[in-house]
Amino acid sequence: MGTYNHYILVCGGTGCESAKSDQLYKNLIHECEKVNCKGSTQIVKTGCFGFCEQGPIVKVLPEESFYVHVTPEDAKEIIEEHIVKGREVTRLLYDKSESKKRAAIDEIDFYQKQFRIVLRNCGVIDPENINEYIARDGYVALEKAVFEMSPEDIIEEVKKSGLRGRGGAGFPTWMKWNFTKHAEDPVKYIVCNADEGDPGAYMDRSTLEGDPHSILEAMTIGGKAVGANYGYIYIRAEYPLAIKRLKIAMEQAREMGLLGDNILGSDFSFDIEIRLGAGAFVCGEETALLRSIEGERGMPTPRPPFPATHGAFGKPSVINNVETWTNIPVIIHKGGDWFAKIGTEDSKGTKVFALTGKIRNSGLVEVPMGTTLREIVFDIGGGIADGKEFKAVQTGGPSGGVITKDYLDTPIDYVHLKELGSIMGSGGMIVMDEDDCMVDIAKFYLGFCVDESCGKCAPCRIGGRTLYNILDRITKGEGELDDLHKIKEVGHAMQKASLCGLGQTAPNPVLSTLHYFEDEYKAHIKDHRCPAGKCKKLISYHILADKCIGCGLCARRCPVNAISGEIRQLHGIDQDTCIKCGECYHVCKFDAVYVR
Amino acid sequence: MAKMTLEELRKLREEQKKGLSRRDVENKDTQIIVGMGTCGIAAGAKETLNAFIQELEDSELNNVRVTQTGCMGLCYVEPTVEVIVPGMPDVIYGKVDADVARKIVRKHIINKALVNDHVYDKPAADIVEEGGAK
Repeated sequence: MGTYNHYILVCGGTGCESAKSDQLYKNLIHECEKVNCKGSTQIVKTGCFGFCEQGPIVKVLPEESFYVHVTPEDAKEIIEEHIVKGREVTRLLYDKSESKKRAAIDEIDFYQKQFRIVLRNCGVIDPENINEYIARDGYVALEKAVFEMSPEDIIEEVKKSGLRGRGGAGFPTWMKWNFTKHAEDPVKYIVCNADEGDPGAYMDRSTLEGDPHSILEAMTIGGKAVGANYGYIYIRAEYPLAIKRLKIAMEQAREMGLLGDNILGSDFSFDIEIRLGAGAFVCGEETALLRSIEGERGMPTPRPPFPATHGAFGKPSVINNVETWTNIPVIIHKGGDWFAKIGTEDSKGTKVFALTGKIRNSGLVEVPMGTTLREIVFDIGGGIADGKEFKAVQTGGPSGGVITKDYLDTPIDYVHLKELGSIMGSGGMIVMDEDDCMVDIAKFYLGFCVDESCGKCAPCRIGGRTLYNILDRITKGEGELDDLHKIKEVGHAMQKASLCGLGQTAPNPVLSTLHYFEDEYKAHIKDHRCPAGKCKKLISYHILADKCIGCGLCARRCPVNAISGEIRQLHGIDQDTCIKCGECYHVCKFDAVYVR
Repeated sequence: MAKMTLEELRKLREEQKKGLSRRDVENKDTQIIVGMGTCGIAAGAKETLNAFIQELEDSELNNVRVTQTGCMGLCYVEPTVEVIVPGMPDVIYGKVDADVARKIVRKHIINKALVNDHVYDKPAADIVEEGGAK
């Protein structure tokens, strides 16, 4: 290991890679060689920094220069200016106050309120280098668990921590483990649910990509706790980078004796296998996931029996999702009491949210439980993009519900979200502004669940379709007031009678938007009007006579030639031809086009 | 690498920690800022920088950040180096070659005494504040 003057950390998460961070990484190495700085500069490709809105991200140490929106072409300048001459490339620095004043990473609002346990190594270490994980106290918890703790000790520590499942339902983790531990069977399994499928949620992918060893370590500890010697990671094939990094991590861990037979020379053995899913949403449901692992069709089965006693191949199995597992090494290393100090009374620790939608700073955010929605959306997320009005936040993806402006100060934890008719879910957080139609949003999420329903049970298969048809009618202005009653009836039936979580939660977005935005539903039905101007059947575009100067831009841009008018004369839109694409509305420089 | 025992893992972790802690900027209260303008580089600031890093490594000091900056304006005494140690005045040293760099680490940073022959400026607090040199 040499000594370096500079360290360049380049984000290698999927978000930044799709913005050419891989080429940037290669260019940096190339430029570095050109100026003979290779020996004195270490260039590391790390996991996701979380600040995806500003990606690709490059951090240069020790100056802590935080470069954003870096393109492959910028590599030359970073090396020649910063590395060789020691001058920061100011034009690439994160622009905090638009004054181009240098902002250190801890001064960036986006990071200030965050507390990183799950994402502790993301953006810090090279995920393909086990040594860097080890250097950050990696596998310390494994040492403790294998050599110093009994299975009872481990479960007791997890119990003390108060950790609850991060996959959505929030079941106490220690209880699951305890059930499996006491199940009488010589063969038991550990399963990691990495089948992240909510639209807009990507925290598990980023964790796997940025810190794969933490999952391996955690599953091994889980194996020791419940008496299992084999584990499965069920991950969707759409996550190729995460799979690649997991495989590299597993190989390294096996080579070094941290995975496989006789871990670290002890008598405990544990190994892991990756199972690829085809990306069906329902396979995130634990019983469907188990069937898929077994090679069966991914369909849920009734519970009980629960997987804790009858899981993979009929054997007792512990299933936790990626984020839950990632907490385990920290809990074992620092102790359950330390972990329990973070968060609220009944929700301990932190939660990672994938902040997307109409928000200024999209990205991955990890905050202590109990942080308010306002802090997440406005302080960390920077508020709504383009100066629009905040309308609502959808948490829990297609299984959750909306939270409105009036509840922005609600502390986010399992209990409070449930009270508001939403759920924690896996942590997707989609921010909506005044331009979003709540009926349309509900239709979108429900449509997702209808597509993803496996079709096994009638409430989900038929109920979902029925609900969807009602919503579709409403967005076309063909709804009736009685439909609102029907929505509730069908929705509640689905919640009660569906076989698995998918059907039970599929009506949530509909019921919750109906609860908080009943006026909007009624406007569609009674007035045939979409207040947000989103539902195409209910809106029409018009040109204001006193604002139109007759520049003809809208007419040129109209894809169906629905706009006519002489130059310098008032233009008009032919409503029969108009397809309501909104192009004229967006291109008009004089705000002369309006939606009705 | 072959399979490890517990002891080997612990040893490896200690080694690797040293490497990674250099990257870490938290808990580093002492700062060495090397002027790396054209004048500084021409006068040998790179050797100075390397000497600092090597000497810190050899003396196993890990609370020190070595950073680079542009020209400090004292071009006649390049290479220039600013040293910030908590509880001591911020000092700018001039004509710092590799030997002086090692001396600064041993005398100023470890023994908390100024290397008098090379002190060129103790900037007034208000200048530091306003100029944003900190």
